[in-house]
Amino acid sequence: MYSDKVLDHFSNPRNVGEMEDANAVGTVGNPKCGDIMKMYLKIEDGVIVDAKFKTFGCGAAVATSSMATELVKGKRVEDALKLTNQAVVDALDGLPPAKIHCSVLAEEAIKTAIADYYKQQGIDPTPIIGCSGDCAHCCGHNHEE
Amino acid sequence: MPKLVYADNAATARVLPQVLEAMLPYFGEEYANPSSLYPFAYKAKNAVEAAREKVAALLGATAREIYFTSCGSEADNWAIKGAVLASKKEKKHIITTAIEHHAVLHTCQYLEKKGVEVTYLGVDETGVISLDELKAAIRPETVLISVMFANNEIGSIQPIKEIGAIAREHGILFHTDAVQAAGHIPIDVAEMNIDLLALSGHKFGAPKGIGAMYIRKGVLIDPLIHGGGHERGRRAGTENVPYTVGLGVAAEIAMEKMPGEMERLSKLRDRLIEGALKLPYTFLTGPQENRLPGLASFCIEGIEGEALLLNLYNAGVCASSGSACSSGDLDPSHVLLAIGLPHHVAHGSLRLSLGEVNTEEDVDHILEALPQVVSKLRSMSPVWENGKPMWHLED
Repeated sequence: MYSDKVLDHFSNPRNVGEMEDANAVGTVGNPKCGDIMKMYLKIEDGVIVDAKFKTFGCGAAVATSSMATELVKGKRVEDALKLTNQAVVDALDGLPPAKIHCSVLAEEAIKTAIADYYKQQGIDPTPIIGCSGDCAHCCGHNHEE
Repeated sequence: MPKLVYADNAATARVLPQVLEAMLPYFGEEYANPSSLYPFAYKAKNAVEAAREKVAALLGATAREIYFTSCGSEADNWAIKGAVLASKKEKKHIITTAIEHHAVLHTCQYLEKKGVEVTYLGVDETGVISLDELKAAIRPETVLISVMFANNEIGSIQPIKEIGAIAREHGILFHTDAVQAAGHIPIDVAEMNIDLLALSGHKFGAPKGIGAMYIRKGVLIDPLIHGGGHERGRRAGTENVPYTVGLGVAAEIAMEKMPGEMERLSKLRDRLIEGALKLPYTFLTGPQENRLPGLASFCIEGIEGEALLLNLYNAGVCASSGSACSSGDLDPSHVLLAIGLPHHVAHGSLRLSLGEVNTEEDVDHILEALPQVVSKLRSMSPVWENGKPMWHLED
């Protein structure tokens, strides 16, 4: 059972689509698990001025992507990095237990995109973000593949 | 929502109005326990026995070979566990298939933990077992062959008569989970050499919570539910009189309407398949011929099944999917993997199952909604680029 907010974000996703002038792009998930999120951010003077996403996945995957883009838009990069999957879950009025991994994926998609931004700036993202790959929250085999 | 097309009849079908009407007196004035001896109970007793006759007629069985259960899963559990427990063989082996419903699959997996050996026969790309593989799997310790009549996800129908003949030839009991077949396609337990058969009422117009088991005369299996002497001592529990009456009426109606409904639904299904396959990178799962009359199943590349279902519902269509997300599991359906589909394709599965409620207009509505929904989801899919999926099935 999904909350009304999940159904709303799923049925009318915010910020869906590609972004031509994105300067931070991150893709997480894998097709075997049935969840792939691609996050596009436009960062100016350390502020996320725009965010978009494309998602292959279930209702919760779409809704968490949509909510994550809403939550980071207008935020400073350092603040966006503090976005937790729980914050995404809370903003959606909860997710079924089997769908929590979707919120983790959304958090990681944001982090992976920001890591991409740092790399483009010539900054090593690892000390700032830590492991930015999606760490096997889905089927537990992302690192092997 | 203006119109809702219910295309999930393989999940459950509506209770037929005649069925409901026939049930109602047994919730009310005819509340007696059929086991009671006074004449007040005769009507309830007679109603249960009349229902038994009707279910028997649907299967080509005799009434004494029909036992009422609480559901199809109970009947499957009873057949398998009961056959294993009744066998005097020291080592016990079951042959089943990789595409069974969980009522069979999980029962077999449970028995494996108890020391029973199980062979899971694979299927070809259309979801049908090989008779040669079945013969090769038979061992001296094989106590049961359990092969579903028709598959709930892809609609494939097994060569039941041939399987029954093989089982008979080797003196092995043959059980079939006929939950998707009963009431929809012809079943003749005598001609097909079936020893044990499970069916469920809510798939063909009876309510949820009633099923039946056919046990061939002379076949001995242990009871699953011990207690009073109901169902001739083989299945304890006071008879669910209204639901049993409902099952009987549903069986009677199904039998009467079967030839016409098979033809009507097959035509609707074929039109649905033809229309859906116009979508690029979309293919049929299960066989082209010899499939359940109302069941159309597909994989649509580049999108995920649960998202497809939710969007279809927003467009007024109830359907289902074997995707991981729709099952609450992490893997897509075992049936889709068994017919050889890779995970990323199996995630995009869609099942539309038509039944007595559906019309030509319903098919029109689905064929109008489906392309719009698919196109919306593909436009937001990161694995769909330049009009094709990044990982194509053929790649």
